[in-house]
Amino acid sequence: METAHAHKRPNYIAIWIWLAALTALELGLAFELPITQNLKLLLLMILAIWKALLVALYFMHLKFEGWNLRFVALFPIPLVLILLAAGLSEHIW
Amino acid sequence: MSHAIAVDANAMRAPFPAERGIDVYNKKLGMWIFLASEVMFFAALIGAYVILRFGAPGPWAKPGVVLSIQITAFNTFLLVCSSVSMVKAYAAIQDGNPNGLRFWLGLTILGGACFVGIQVFEYIHLVQHGFTPAGVREGSHLAELVEKGELPAATMGLYGSTFFTMTGFHGFHVSCGVISMLYLFLTKALPGKYTAQDFGGIEVVGLYWHFVDLVWIILFTIVYLV
Repeated sequence: METAHAHKRPNYIAIWIWLAALTALELGLAFELPITQNLKLLLLMILAIWKALLVALYFMHLKFEGWNLRFVALFPIPLVLILLAAGLSEHIW
Repeated sequence: MSHAIAVDANAMRAPFPAERGIDVYNKKLGMWIFLASEVMFFAALIGAYVILRFGAPGPWAKPGVVLSIQITAFNTFLLVCSSVSMVKAYAAIQDGNPNGLRFWLGLTILGGACFVGIQVFEYIHLVQHGFTPAGVREGSHLAELVEKGELPAATMGLYGSTFFTMTGFHGFHVSCGVISMLYLFLTKALPGKYTAQDFGGIEVVGLYWHFVDLVWIILFTIVYLV
């Protein structure tokens, strides 16, 4: 059976600790803080994308896959951005 | 005659080898293509939420007033833990350890089932307090907050419908994942049918499970924290 390319196994527990720490940080940001709402939104989105990338790269092993499979995983992302841009632009016009 | 024998010998083999072009076996490629379509599905739901929220005819309710962020934060942590146990199950069978697979897969199923259970508990709690897919129920605790001006009356209907649609569809996906893992646990992991050479089912269902976790990471931030 073919699986992901042979590679050194990532430290899953270290990834888990990262995910737990980032979740705790997100929760901390949810409280009333002396920062603007836009900055809070930006920080929360960065943390969410960071966590999502950790899951995709290490748990789903995308970091160790070839570019062919990475392309399959990535091709909806531009479509998502087009969808969001088209939807949000309705309020800009 | 010799040609006929050669044909018979070929018939004993598997009909086709795994697709080599992309260097993965077919089940795994199929799951990745399915997950790509799922990205679009959830993008449509999240996109609709973002557009409705930014284009809403008034302010949006603060999530902390309506939702229980502490319970959901615990649930998020639970789902992250189940993702770790899933990847440990994958690593165990990769090392040819069927007992490790049984333990970690069982733990993953338990974590997923607890996530769904807590979500059902959350829904019951929210509906009891008056938060429904149609908005705020009259005469409820939340209706009092709307009357006091602590919650915006104009957008609670939109909030209710988008919240229950997004989290409900995600919960449905988690339930499907739990049922799939339970099926593999009972029919293949428990009887010891997975080996270090054949564990494709675990890898494929694991990919689905991690994707469900990944979607929740985004949903939790957008729905509960922003």
